[in-house]
Amino acid sequence: MNLLTVQRSMREHLICGADEIRAQIQGDSSPRLAVYRHAYRAQLLGCLRDTFERVWVWLGDAGFEAAARKHIESHPPQSWTLCDYGDDFDRTLSGLYPDDREVAELAWLDWSLRRAFDGPDATPIAADSLSCVDWNSAILRILPTLRMTSISTNCAAIWTALSEERAPPAAARLHAPMALRVWRKEFSPHFRAVDSIEQHALLMASDGASFAAICSAIAAAMEPSQAPEIAGALLASWLQDGLILAIENL
Amino acid sequence: MPATSIASFAGFGLGLRPPHYQEFLGGGVAVDFVEVISENFMVKGGRPLNVLAAIRDQYPVAMHGVSMSIGSADGVKLDYLRRLKALADRVQPLWVSDHLCWTGVEGFNSHDLLPLPYTEEAMRIVCANVLLAQDVLERPLLLENPSTYMTFADDEMSEWAFLSEMCRRTGCYLLLDVNNIYVSASNHGFDPLSYLAGVPGERVRQIHLAGHSDNGRGLLIDTHDHPVPHPVWSLYEAACDRLGAVAAMIERDDDIPSLSDLLAELDLARTHAAAWQRAA
Repeated sequence: MNLLTVQRSMREHLICGADEIRAQIQGDSSPRLAVYRHAYRAQLLGCLRDTFERVWVWLGDAGFEAAARKHIESHPPQSWTLCDYGDDFDRTLSGLYPDDREVAELAWLDWSLRRAFDGPDATPIAADSLSCVDWNSAILRILPTLRMTSISTNCAAIWTALSEERAPPAAARLHAPMALRVWRKEFSPHFRAVDSIEQHALLMASDGASFAAICSAIAAAMEPSQAPEIAGALLASWLQDGLILAIENL
Repeated sequence: MPATSIASFAGFGLGLRPPHYQEFLGGGVAVDFVEVISENFMVKGGRPLNVLAAIRDQYPVAMHGVSMSIGSADGVKLDYLRRLKALADRVQPLWVSDHLCWTGVEGFNSHDLLPLPYTEEAMRIVCANVLLAQDVLERPLLLENPSTYMTFADDEMSEWAFLSEMCRRTGCYLLLDVNNIYVSASNHGFDPLSYLAGVPGERVRQIHLAGHSDNGRGLLIDTHDHPVPHPVWSLYEAACDRLGAVAAMIERDDDIPSLSDLLAELDLARTHAAAWQRAA
């Protein structure tokens, strides 16, 4: 058997227990293959526990391990780095817990905070560097570690309580659409729950829309007279959180 | 072909692990070098690279990888090698090492160090991969002997013969893990001293020392979660006798003790090496 065939056979054994590899092994293959099969699963389970720490606490040992094993069975790792394993664990959890949306939302938050931790470096501008900006043509360059997702539950409050080792609140649906934004400031990942107006504005900014277009979108979504004040508050918040790398003119 | 050879460096070091970052960053830890897991720092930014830069300012660094998959039948991945090269350019390490194994094939990655059949076909594939890696990295590689739990019916040579021929064909060097020799010797029933006698001593640039566990089913497992046991120390003395002064380090990855405990264990390595030097 050539090397490629041996490696394909071993891969299939690790993923689903296929037996073709046994004929290639000297001696009693069962205890020997068991070492590798155990190590493969233990490594991936450990990785998911490490990355999705709050989900693990929320589901408990048995619930988390069952979900992780389901994910491992259906998602053989493909990346060269173990850090990439679990990028779609929230979707597995969404399928396993369709009526408990906070589970997948907690997973998204765990994952995004981990990715922000070792995401690209970037230096935000200072809040006092806005004196010469032409706001009619300004566009904002946004931090590369910024991630956002829509949420429908109080996952942020649950995550915070778990991280502080407090009793978490019961899962609850939100009354209005919200989103989470995750970013890194200096070396520390952060997150914040934001309303849909900020979510839409920040998405527009990330896509390169002008600040004037963002203001127009805010005005269209609410009482127009309040739009300048809201846009100014958002800009101040983004500057304060270090989300803006530069303000450029079209 | 790699542009340079690797000079001998006979210091004593430790693997850099997160629980000990702050003590190493504080400076003055009594080691001659630290070894980092390359993949932990092949990231886009953030604290890991900041820590590594500060560590590098104070200690020589060896880069040790786990994902090159030098034995993959479908070749080593250029994207991985370029990322590793970028890190090596940043760190300027003593050397870059990985394992004689495969970790994945055709888009699958097990994230485990899987054994190779020791055949001429595997030799050709490994050597082609080593030569490509050395070209991209612009430096010779060190390859480590793995702990293995199975051997193949098609094996045509011993592991030490494979390592020796691989070094001859590619100009690469060896990272000799003494614990892995002991573990594999126990699991496969060969004489660890024959292994030591069979490797090309002049190509060995680093030694790993570690502990292992018995899985209760007749196999020793390279768990790195115990202190170096007596039989491994004995084999280390034999390695010193065979190889002379070579950089050595304690490798601990689980149940990680205090840094002071690891430094005391490293002093034991110095004592064993000194015992050999007195005898010589």
